[in-house]
Amino acid sequence: MKKLKRKRIISTALFVLVCYMLQCTLFPRLTLGSVKPNLMIIVTAAFGFMRGTKEGMLIGFFSGLLMDIQFGNIIGLYALIYLLVGYVNGLFEQMYYDEDIKLPLILTAASEFVYGLTVYILMFLLRSEFNFLHYLSHIIIPELIYTIVVTLGLYPLILFVNQRLKAEEKRSANKFV
Amino acid sequence: MKKKKKRSTVSNKYWLLCLSLICVLLMALSFFSEKASGPFRVIANVTVIPMQKGITQIGTWLGDVSDNFQTLKEIQKENDKLQARIDELTVENNNLQEDKYELERLQELYKLDQNYAEYEKVGAHVIAKDSGNWFSTFVIDKGSLHGIKEDMNVMAGSGLVGIVTKVGPTWATVRAVIDDASNVSGMVLTTSDKCIVRGDLSLISSGRIRFEQMENNDNSVEVGDQIVTSYISDKYLQGILIGYISEISVDSNNLTRSGYITPVVDFKNLQEVLVITKTKAEATTEPPAKEKQEPVVSEPKEDVNVNADEAADTEANADIDTNADPDPGTNTDAGAQETE
Repeated sequence: MKKLKRKRIISTALFVLVCYMLQCTLFPRLTLGSVKPNLMIIVTAAFGFMRGTKEGMLIGFFSGLLMDIQFGNIIGLYALIYLLVGYVNGLFEQMYYDEDIKLPLILTAASEFVYGLTVYILMFLLRSEFNFLHYLSHIIIPELIYTIVVTLGLYPLILFVNQRLKAEEKRSANKFV
Repeated sequence: MKKKKKRSTVSNKYWLLCLSLICVLLMALSFFSEKASGPFRVIANVTVIPMQKGITQIGTWLGDVSDNFQTLKEIQKENDKLQARIDELTVENNNLQEDKYELERLQELYKLDQNYAEYEKVGAHVIAKDSGNWFSTFVIDKGSLHGIKEDMNVMAGSGLVGIVTKVGPTWATVRAVIDDASNVSGMVLTTSDKCIVRGDLSLISSGRIRFEQMENNDNSVEVGDQIVTSYISDKYLQGILIGYISEISVDSNNLTRSGYITPVVDFKNLQEVLVITKTKAEATTEPPAKEKQEPVVSEPKEDVNVNADEAADTEANADIDTNADPDPGTNTDAGAQETE
């Protein structure tokens, strides 16, 4: 059982790392209107509502921390934002079932929007950049749309990974009984 | 069953609280001391940096392969053009060499021997860009092990890219001058008028940077003039080209001018950069040059402050500016280039 848990942790960590890599190496070349999608919010939100608050929280925390280390001004800010995103998405675990695509899309979009808003408020509004409408129409909304489009592709992949892990856990649980 | 569920949500709330507290603590720590983030940088070094390097290498390789398919004709045409350019430049270079010798002689006379053209540089690859859309920072593949330090200036080709803000063992984060949080003290090369070059997120897609607070005096500053880093900046070395003025207008207060700069660096396709391995602090505290240099540098500095307050006596200022000018070796170069 312990071995399984380790497998789950390792595969999840790998998945997060690969997404982070793509986010900062591949996607800067695939920008549309100098905006790139936010893979990390998709991953955090998806693992949140698939596996519950705790795992969503942890994944959000670690992916945020990665960003903080490499790009943030102070360590812990992105980590906190993503942590909360993961937790809140985890609260929707009971409403979620695999075949539904609407809820994941809505949740991802909402998370992305809240994320954009938070970043604007904390890092721009506080530096007295009051032109909110410009940032809304040039960064937040385009990023939101691009992210939703990418979610349509990435979400099935996350679902697949999750189902594989789940199936394996179930099988071994049956074996023990 | 119900009890268990309840307990797990309670423990999850503890988790939330704990992790949030950790985040807040980390924020506080890194806000007050730089050392707090040291261990984390080492973590990044062993996890993401090798992969980022690998992916970038594959990317560059693929790019090279596709480049090789460029038609031969195109290259030949370019070759012809470049050959003509070389001839042109050779003539120009000779003229400039002459000027340079003259300048050196004069500088020696003035005991102002500072050659800004010969900063030592280290090349580095860009291996990752900021994960979000809000900031323009990127990661290079050289770090403290290669002698990179914070506040080192970063160039690409002949233009200023940005400044090193974070250093890990084998990586460093660079903040580009187009970043919204970036402020560079610049000056017009021809007239030495100071201005602030401010990165602006809303201008990034149009490929321009804004400059402001340039004094509205009698010096004529025109579209196409070069803006370089100024001598009063405490982080940026003097005389590095930022870009060319593409638009300039007098502000409504009639005291200052502002406008837009087209940077010389193509920030969208940045692959290799050069890090100048000398910070401004080191350059200005060099023992032999210090005593002679300081009075000259500090004098116009005060002058700027006065001007910012009351930009009235413009003539006197222009005088002092031209007096304080003989330092950048690039000055005469640029003048010749423009006329060419």
